[in-house]
Amino acid sequence: MQRLISILLENEPGALARVAGLFSARGYNIESLSVAPTEDPTMSRLTLATNGDDAVIEQITKQLHKLIDVIRLVDLTDGRYVERELMLIKVRASEPWRDGVRHLAEIFRGRILDVAGSSFVIELTGSRQKLDAFIDALDERCILEVVRSGAMGVGRGDRSLRA
Amino acid sequence: MELTGAEIVVRFLKDHGVRYIFGYPGGAVLHIYDALYKQKDVEHILVRHEQGATHMADGYARVTGQAGVVLVTSGPGATNAVTGIATAHMDSAPMVVITGQVPRHAIGSDAFQEVDCVGITRPCVKHNYLVKDAGSLARTLREAFYVAESGRPGPVVVDVPKDVTADRAWYEYPAEVSLRSYNPVTRGHPYQIRQAADLILSARRPMVYTGGGVVLGDASEPLVELTRFLGYPITNTLMGLGAYPGTDPQFVGMLGMHGTYEANMAMHECDVLIAIGARFDDRVVGDPKQFCPHARIVHVDIDPSSISKTIQVDVPIVGPVRGILEELLAALGESNRRPDEAALKAWWKRIDGWRGNDCLRYERGSDLIKPQYVVEKLYEVTDGEAFVTSDVGQHQMWAAQFYPFAKPRRWVNSGGLGTMGFGLPAAMGVQFAYPDAPVACITGEGSIVMCIQELSCAKQYRLPIKVVNLNNRYLGMVRQWQEFMYENRESESYLDSLPDFVKLAESFGHVGMLVERPGDVEGALREAFALRDRLVFMDFITDQSENVYPMMMAGKGQTDMVLRELA
Ligand SMILES: Cc1cc2nc3c(=O)[nH]c(=O)nc-3n(C[C@H](O)[C@H](O)[C@H](O)COP(=O)(O)OP(=O)(O)OC[C@H]3O[C@@H](n4cnc5c(N)ncnc54)[C@H](O)[C@@H]3O)c2cc1C
Ligand SMILES: Cc1ncc(C[n+]2csc(CCOP(=O)(O)OP(=O)(O)O)c2C)c(N)n1
Ligand SMILES: [Mg+2]
Repeated sequence: MQRLISILLENEPGALARVAGLFSARGYNIESLSVAPTEDPTMSRLTLATNGDDAVIEQITKQLHKLIDVIRLVDLTDGRYVERELMLIKVRASEPWRDGVRHLAEIFRGRILDVAGSSFVIELTGSRQKLDAFIDALDERCILEVVRSGAMGVGRGDRSLRA
Repeated sequence: MELTGAEIVVRFLKDHGVRYIFGYPGGAVLHIYDALYKQKDVEHILVRHEQGATHMADGYARVTGQAGVVLVTSGPGATNAVTGIATAHMDSAPMVVITGQVPRHAIGSDAFQEVDCVGITRPCVKHNYLVKDAGSLARTLREAFYVAESGRPGPVVVDVPKDVTADRAWYEYPAEVSLRSYNPVTRGHPYQIRQAADLILSARRPMVYTGGGVVLGDASEPLVELTRFLGYPITNTLMGLGAYPGTDPQFVGMLGMHGTYEANMAMHECDVLIAIGARFDDRVVGDPKQFCPHARIVHVDIDPSSISKTIQVDVPIVGPVRGILEELLAALGESNRRPDEAALKAWWKRIDGWRGNDCLRYERGSDLIKPQYVVEKLYEVTDGEAFVTSDVGQHQMWAAQFYPFAKPRRWVNSGGLGTMGFGLPAAMGVQFAYPDAPVACITGEGSIVMCIQELSCAKQYRLPIKVVNLNNRYLGMVRQWQEFMYENRESESYLDSLPDFVKLAESFGHVGMLVERPGDVEGALREAFALRDRLVFMDFITDQSENVYPMMMAGKGQTDMVLRELA
């Protein structure tokens, strides 16, 4: 099952390597990872998308907890949460695709950030499924580059992950 | 006061009460060695190989419960230490390893003797640090000891660039230590403890399965009290031996791959399993699908990730075993239920039936020295009071089977990583901790040469260890697997061109003895232990074909044991 795990991590060199190393050493999957400092510069917030059966996910969260640099973590998928991912995608904008691409971007509420003679850069935010759907809808011959931030998530309502 | 980084390291160790530091010098740590030279409070032990330093610190740690301390230089010093760090990590031994590093400005430049020590050791430590300025040295070291010794213990590496040891900074011993991201559980959940008490008292075929956590958590006393109160059978893992007296009638022997028939059979048939400070290792479980098929399981462990890792349990209790066992005892006493006497009687009858199998029996009256016999005699000669370390192989299993330890922290071996070369340096660490106690290292001719250089260190510090070399001229454990699983094809398991161990020991300045006949075994041991101030290396030429029984085949069910066939 797909899981989205949110982690507060000490903002120290090497802390991220501990998280990544744990996944490779124990054979767990990282589907995506996004990380940046929080309002408190000593802490980073990390969102990790992974999958596995319940026993594997239980071990993953326990093993993450064991890392001394992990301050706190929550499996967002256990409750209600909001998920967003940002994608920058460069596509061919030459004929015969130019109008079709622009139209598709509109439908998906994408923003065209850069217009050049033969290509567009489109910005799109949304759930992972939405970004996947956009890519699927494009003619694959017109895709030049795909840059995705990895999913980010936050619990809804009273659920907050704080130190 | 203001001190250099090197002085801070040494001063901190003194203020923290560290007596010994096991190390080996080199460029990156020369400032620290200079600071060591100028004081007398912390004694530095000069090993002969950095692996030896780590195993010595490990042996010291396992019998004292305090972190062993290691100091090595950058590059090869650090990489040589890795095996010992991983060994400590697998067996949860507390250790602080200070490694030298190239100066900060040179890090990342492929400088002379530079390795990414934090990177290399990351997967085999509890935690590690790269110290970035002299001002944070004392706090980092304080944290390192705290992390190493608290919760589930383990090794911590502190990598210190050379220029940090030259810089000056204000030093004060950090009285307090706290980490926002690390707070080991200090108490078991009362509700879970009551649940466990109910389940334990409902058992008709109970089994207590305990491990290294009872030793690490100093919980032998409440364990003995609990087990006697209940009257239930108890087994220990290889790492838990001694936490429950090995000669007690309720003790059914070690369990697992080379555990007793009765222990494994009782595990298989039990209806309530009480697991305490044990981690359901694959050498114990065999095939997880066939493990304890009838049992509901209580599991006490301080590390949540040990719980339901391979085997799903019913009543988990996270926390330190000592406090939990005390509370469990109270809960059992308060309950109006009592163990089911009739069911228990029938259960013991069944267990005694399995015991009748006498699964550890071996051929007596052979012309060849049987390794089991040597261990039995060692037990007699030392009145069961020795500290015993071992290396890895058949001899390790015979030590575990034939030396019934009466107390915890007497048996020191590498279980999780299975590191050949561990035994001798570990014994030296033990002897440093207890200078007057009898210390024996049970080893094999394959393992002993993996850290043989430490005989030189043992001479320098006059450590009167007794080395019991069970010399079968084989990598015996490997040969046994080849006999059982590869139709006897002895691929590279025969040890040719062995040294003359007597001369070898003598050349290091020790006493060597060659023992070739069963009739000479006891006399040799008595003579060796009478030499109270000498290291004695006893080379016992043993039966080459001897195997360790019983043997639960790897990945098979608990009842699938190969037993010895005797005429
Ligand atoms: C050649 C060879 C053969 C072997 N054969 C066998 C065999 O037949 N039988 C066998 O048992 N082993 C055998 N082993 C050893 C095996 O590989 C494992 O090392 C061993 O089984 C693990 O023991 P343990 O479960 O007690 O765990 P340990 O490694 O001792 O772990 C201790 C557990 O206790 C917990 N703990 C620590 N401190 C506390 C505390 N204060 N409170 C609560 N919990 C705590 C830890 O979190 C951990 O889960 C063999 C090894 C070798 C090399
Ligand atoms: C460093 C290391 N290398 C290889 C092994 C694999 N191994 C396990 S037991 C063993 C044989 C040990 O031989 P010896 O010390 O003579 O003991 P014996 O089994 O003969 O008693 C080997 C090679 C190991 N455990 N450790
Ligand atoms: Mg051998």
